[in-house]
Amino acid sequence: MDTINQLDAKPKVELRLQNSSEIVVNNVSKVYGGGPFAKEVIKDCSFTIESNKLTVMIGPSGCGKSTLIQLIAGFETPTSGEITMNGKLITGPGKDRLVLFQESALFPWMTTYENIMYGPKARGEAGQEATERADFLLAKVGLELFRDKYPAQLSGGMQRRAELARAMINKPEIMILDEPFRGLDNMSKELMWEYYASLYEEDRNTNFFITTDIDEAIFLADRLIIMTNLPTQLRHVIEIDIPRPRKIEDIFADQRANDIKREVITLLHEEAMKSFSGGSKAAADFLEAYSKRAE
Amino acid sequence: MRKTNLKEGILSRAFLRGVIAITIFLLVWEVGSCFEVWFGYRVPWIGLIPPPTAVFISWGGLIGDLSYWQSWYLSFMRVLTGFFAAMIIGIPFGLFMAVNRTFHGISFPIFEILRPIPPLAWVPASIIFWPTQELSIAFVTFLGAFYTIVINVLGGAKSINKQYLQAAQSMGASQWDIFRRVVLPATLPSIVVGSAVGMGITWEVVVAAEMISGGGGSGGAGGGLGFFIWNSYVGGSYEQIIVGMISIGIAGYFSSEMLRKLGGLLTPWLKTR
Repeated sequence: MDTINQLDAKPKVELRLQNSSEIVVNNVSKVYGGGPFAKEVIKDCSFTIESNKLTVMIGPSGCGKSTLIQLIAGFETPTSGEITMNGKLITGPGKDRLVLFQESALFPWMTTYENIMYGPKARGEAGQEATERADFLLAKVGLELFRDKYPAQLSGGMQRRAELARAMINKPEIMILDEPFRGLDNMSKELMWEYYASLYEEDRNTNFFITTDIDEAIFLADRLIIMTNLPTQLRHVIEIDIPRPRKIEDIFADQRANDIKREVITLLHEEAMKSFSGGSKAAADFLEAYSKRAE
Repeated sequence: MRKTNLKEGILSRAFLRGVIAITIFLLVWEVGSCFEVWFGYRVPWIGLIPPPTAVFISWGGLIGDLSYWQSWYLSFMRVLTGFFAAMIIGIPFGLFMAVNRTFHGISFPIFEILRPIPPLAWVPASIIFWPTQELSIAFVTFLGAFYTIVINVLGGAKSINKQYLQAAQSMGASQWDIFRRVVLPATLPSIVVGSAVGMGITWEVVVAAEMISGGGGSGGAGGGLGFFIWNSYVGGSYEQIIVGMISIGIAGYFSSEMLRKLGGLLTPWLKTR
């Protein structure tokens, strides 16, 4: 926390952007394979990623969240339904929607700095403005000393921070993050939440963040979208009105946060049970009866 | 500072082990070649191998012999010609097969039918088809490295993490930029491995090709190291056979080491793992 405050105290390069982009997912279904092997991953799914908000999507693991990201990013197309960004149909990947993947996708053959500069260079925008911004972002994520190191020389948390910087330099209108802090230990994870939240609070661009971690979801989200088990649909939306900047120490002492947490756990528990019992009706009934008694 | 000292210590220990191993090997060879009876058993074939001292004496006589060095030169030139031709044709070929589905569909079946044919099976055909003996040897050498390089490049380029490509795409990179700054460096380690293996095969092939083809036709002198061995065998000089064999060993080691060094310079990020 201290390091972040110190960084904030530095004279800032102007980062503020006035973007207001939203994504509308309208009645989207995605089926993989065909015939008897067809698997419906997403079914009639509709929701909105509102502009200038941090929308967090949470759902049972393996529920097709990553598939949704592939669709929103434009790497794949929906089987039916449509996804629009600011009213325009999404037909392919674009630098207006940047994706941060579950596993590090830093290029192992480039140093931290070269990785961050990849986007500007690829678009022929590697001028003075970009290099200044790269230096600013390196400082912002606390990696100045690791500027010329290769990804293999960074810790897991550092890699994630480098990747955040690599994405941010492209000034995406919408950032899409697919369980970016998964696999980090708890200490680095909480540190990453703070880094990420402070980056978000700086420009408040539209962010779409996917996770399976309830604490992470509540700490980060302006809006929390809860998904069902396969085939994925929208289950519930919760507006999280806890003021920013939030502090990890405070948030779980907060009554409102705890109420939300209980609500989310209940909803997710039901979904998890469905996935747990698989196709067996008897098992589902048993679990349902059991959970009622537990309450 | 301490770390480099430690590293040097390990290196010198490894070096020492190597020296001791080679010394013991030569000693056993020397002693063994002097006796036909070992611990009461007759092992006549060992007695036929010339002892290392005789080999070294023979080698000493060859150091000043220009035709011996001519053999080195010829074999090296053939290996390098075939190897670089294989790289220049094989790397783009493999990469193009990896990125273009149509091209893959057209060329892969032919490639896979030709690949199992051992390069040495090409010797008679290439002697007939190529105008000079030199070209036919170079061609067979080329084949030795070509298949290995292509298979490695193709495999390396096909197994690139999909997320690297998607990340580059979503940062607005063009197809060309993705090829140049993602596909190519991601394939480099496989290119280096393929080249190193290919280089080894090239030496195997060149020696055999020289033996079969008679090594360029200019009589006993100047036929390459393979022909040097064959000629020594025909002339009954067993010491020189061994000299030729060790020469190839040294030449092959030297080539591989050069490639490893070059590969290390090209892929600096692998050293940090």
